[in-house]
Amino acid sequence: MAARSIWKGVIKLGASKIPVKLYAAVSDRNVRFHILDKRHERIKQHMVKLEDGQEVANDEIRKGYEVEPGTFVILTEEDLESIKPKPSREIEIGEFVPTDQITQQYYERPYYLAPDGDEKNYFALAEALAGTEREGIAQWVMRNKAYQGALRSQDGYLILATLRNAEEVISAAGLPKPGGREPSQKELGMARHLVSLLADEFRPADYRDEYRERVLKFIESKAKGHAPRLKLVKAKRKTTALDSALTKSIAAVKKSKEKSAA
Amino acid sequence: MPVNLFPANRASRAPLRLLGPDGEPLARKYYSETTEKDLDADEIVRGFEVDKDKYVVVTDEELERLAPDKTRDIDLTKFVRADSIPPLYFERGYFLTPDGGSEKAYKLLAEAMAKDGQAGIATFVMRGKEHLVAIFSDHGILRAETMRFPDEVRSVKDIELPERKKPTPATVKKFAAIVRKKTKKKFTPAQDEEAAALLKLVKKKRTRRSNVVQDTGEKQTKDNVVDLMQVLKRSLAGR
Repeated sequence: MAARSIWKGVIKLGASKIPVKLYAAVSDRNVRFHILDKRHERIKQHMVKLEDGQEVANDEIRKGYEVEPGTFVILTEEDLESIKPKPSREIEIGEFVPTDQITQQYYERPYYLAPDGDEKNYFALAEALAGTEREGIAQWVMRNKAYQGALRSQDGYLILATLRNAEEVISAAGLPKPGGREPSQKELGMARHLVSLLADEFRPADYRDEYRERVLKFIESKAKGHAPRLKLVKAKRKTTALDSALTKSIAAVKKSKEKSAA
Repeated sequence: MPVNLFPANRASRAPLRLLGPDGEPLARKYYSETTEKDLDADEIVRGFEVDKDKYVVVTDEELERLAPDKTRDIDLTKFVRADSIPPLYFERGYFLTPDGGSEKAYKLLAEAMAKDGQAGIATFVMRGKEHLVAIFSDHGILRAETMRFPDEVRSVKDIELPERKKPTPATVKKFAAIVRKKTKKKFTPAQDEEAAALLKLVKKKRTRRSNVVQDTGEKQTKDNVVDLMQVLKRSLAGR
């Protein structure tokens, strides 16, 4: 199944221009339900006045910004049009940062970039980014919206991930430190030992959305007319002293490692 | 180790409300085309389309029973190098705060992870759904980033990107030089310029008293908004 590109742009870096096509790199796989009435018919949505429930037709709906409770400044279509960014095909790369500089919180939606007529420069830029361990900070306008994004190299290809803006991210640096006593050197040593015992590679293929699978399986059997009886699982809560918890965890990890080695 | 969860991301600051012709606040309602009547929450059900116009109804209770344990415990299964997870996987961030006397374990884990540049991979249940998360130690605070499952991330093969071509060393060198020259030590996030432009326009219109409407109804909209930031700060301080 060949994917369809969602947008075309041109990476502008110094005097070089590299035309690219954007492809969504992720697709949401949540189980999608429809809202139905009790006769199992599809239903519609409309807007009604909060006050008396009277319907308001689409062409009568206006948009407002609430400046104080109950007071709105109306924004017309022309108003909203006037603040939209100018359309452009350019993906401007103003600066670069080392790849460990952007906290994970900023990454929003990733796109694969494909070369669109200039493979030579495309693959050279991907290799330059990988070799220098940097990512580019990109600015562009796509579908009437201005984006900041990170241009990265991944497995020899370029990806462009949209980034959240400053207002959308709460920085941990500005938060108070958690209270409580500092751990002792001995405890810290044990904790680091445990972390090192559990250290491994990130292998995404090891994980599946088991909840999604359970829901789909349940729907399938219900469609055939025999809904399985479901038991409510009880929550369990264990409280153990930290020291003995650490010792036990270390012992458990060691044991399972020995087992898999045998 | 019981913890509380707080969103580490927030919505942009210029949400617009939909209003009626005279500035009355509106609400979205479901209605039936057949009966032309509005439907309340207890008059609607959730259906999965198994065939054209054929639905299997699934109740809240059934979904709840399909959901895993409602424990707030985080099941840390392994640790990986914090910088080894491709950003394609990250979805949303949450701060974890210690709960029920777990301060010591919490601090210990945060410190041990920070010392060795490790991130924890864990699964836990939030809003009735099992999430795969990476837990980072961030300025002494644990932050969980929910991750997409591998079947939600497309591969280079899925998209049919062209075969990799070996670029000429001279071109790579040219780009690497530009990259180095334009490198900044720190990342500066962008401000939301569209929101800023919108607020500026709102201010201008308000001063000119053009298009300002007042809702005379009793339904106030900004009441009872919990200040999540205050709750988060209190929770970290252990109060």
